[in-house]
Amino acid sequence: MNETRLPPPAEKVRRVTNLDIAIIASVIAILVFIYYRVEHVLVYNWNWGLIFEYVIRIDEATGDILPNLFLKGVAMTLRLAFWGTLIAAVIGIVMGLCRVSNNLFLKIGSRLYVELIRNIPPVVFIFVFYFFISSQIIPLLGLDNIEKTFSPTTLAVMRVLFGPTELFTNFLAGLICLAVFEGAYITEIVRAGIQAIGKGQWEAARAIGLSRYHVLRDVIMPQALKTILPPLAGQFITLVKDSSIVSLISVQELTFLTQDVSNTTTHFFEAWIVTAALYFMMCFPLAVLFQRFERSGMGMQKH
Amino acid sequence: MTELSSTTDSNADRKELLKFNGVGKWYGNFCALWDINLTVHKGERVVVCGPSGSGKSTMIRCVNLLESYEAGEILIDGSPIKNDPKSMQVIRRRVGMVFQNFNLFPHVTVLQNLMLGPIRNLKVSKKEAEETAMHYLEKVRIAEQAKKYPSQLSGGQQQRVAIARSLCMHPEAMLFDEPTSALDPEMISGVLDIMVELAEGGMTMMVVTHEMGFAKQVADTMVFMDHGEIVEVAPPAEFFTKPKSDRTELFLSQILQH
Repeated sequence: MNETRLPPPAEKVRRVTNLDIAIIASVIAILVFIYYRVEHVLVYNWNWGLIFEYVIRIDEATGDILPNLFLKGVAMTLRLAFWGTLIAAVIGIVMGLCRVSNNLFLKIGSRLYVELIRNIPPVVFIFVFYFFISSQIIPLLGLDNIEKTFSPTTLAVMRVLFGPTELFTNFLAGLICLAVFEGAYITEIVRAGIQAIGKGQWEAARAIGLSRYHVLRDVIMPQALKTILPPLAGQFITLVKDSSIVSLISVQELTFLTQDVSNTTTHFFEAWIVTAALYFMMCFPLAVLFQRFERSGMGMQKH
Repeated sequence: MTELSSTTDSNADRKELLKFNGVGKWYGNFCALWDINLTVHKGERVVVCGPSGSGKSTMIRCVNLLESYEAGEILIDGSPIKNDPKSMQVIRRRVGMVFQNFNLFPHVTVLQNLMLGPIRNLKVSKKEAEETAMHYLEKVRIAEQAKKYPSQLSGGQQQRVAIARSLCMHPEAMLFDEPTSALDPEMISGVLDIMVELAEGGMTMMVVTHEMGFAKQVADTMVFMDHGEIVEVAPPAEFFTKPKSDRTELFLSQILQH
């Protein structure tokens, strides 16, 4: 038999239905209404040019283009997000392992940590914890005024990694707050990832005489990592957004500096819209990137 | 307490390898195992059968401490098996286990599945572990699949890999927990053939299975369990033709009727 097997002819589907048209029409109507309200009822003197000067400024003496408050804020937010994710991931993995441990103390301790943080509003947590960190932990670790002990080259590197030196201690305090806070959520991601691995894998690994450490390292964690990585990437995006709460303790990131700009210029609408756009521009590409990773199975899906 | 001696005549001069002494296990108030007394001699093949939920799997899983038990003790070579981490590793090296669902590690190749135990537990070199692994993969007739991942293999092939993985630890005894129950019918004989070869090679085996053909072929001793206790222990010739217990007879008539 040599007949060619063709699929049945595709049915013609109307891509745009009447419902779509109705929805698009109402969206346009709402936009027009908003425009009308803003232009004719709000009576607000828009001044975008002034705000953009706070994004980049041109040095009058040299003519150089320099980043201004907004971009400095973006840089600080990215630093917070990057280091925050690293530290939070370490906390999360350690605490996540404690969550599935057989040791009662570790189990209760990690549970307490997760529940405490998840059931306190972030703002309240930041205030309580910041006071504790800045007045107790940082002096204890000898990290206050640490910048004075570094050589100029180290300082230059530190500036790129951790922001302006004079704000270093402040940055560190904010960073620890953020990492401890996000760490609780990563703990739960790690725990769920580990618990998603079937009991059979534990048993098979134990049955060939692996110690608990090697069961986790060689068998459970490599598999759990595949489950963990996508939500962990998502948590990174959340962390970019959540970093705005450390503005409350005067870490000079994007939200904090936007408050500065909107107070000095009194053009809050423009300032906050620019900031919203900047956050979006940071988070959306990350979201798209991680989605792509996830679809390709983080590049290592063999089964 | 009734002592159910498993000895067939040929066992009299053999060394006792595993000995259950009044083992009991409870889940809350539910008694999963009650007063298990059984001796397995070196080189003896014990087949355990019984209705589901009768405690067969639980019993053999107690040997390598995948299950804990509250009463009694299990001896290996005359010394009790303790449940601290160090002795657990030792007993699991001495007694291998094959599971119903194979439980191969899906994230590494077949070869790496086999090498993991020897490298971590026996502390052998990579090269030596690989040689051992290839040796046993040839034994289970699957050497050409060494570089594949478990998911690329059929169920039967996976179970043969799992047997090889256990053998790589050079165990003194092997536990089989319904090794063919999860297999498609056409895969079963391949796995059973390997087990028969193992038995003929003198391996001490405890096999939980419903494959009565296999049992008749290789078993030295048949054990019938029901409701968490051992009901009957007998050599297969006696067990299949004139069982002492009514429960055994009923069970056999149910599984052998077709």
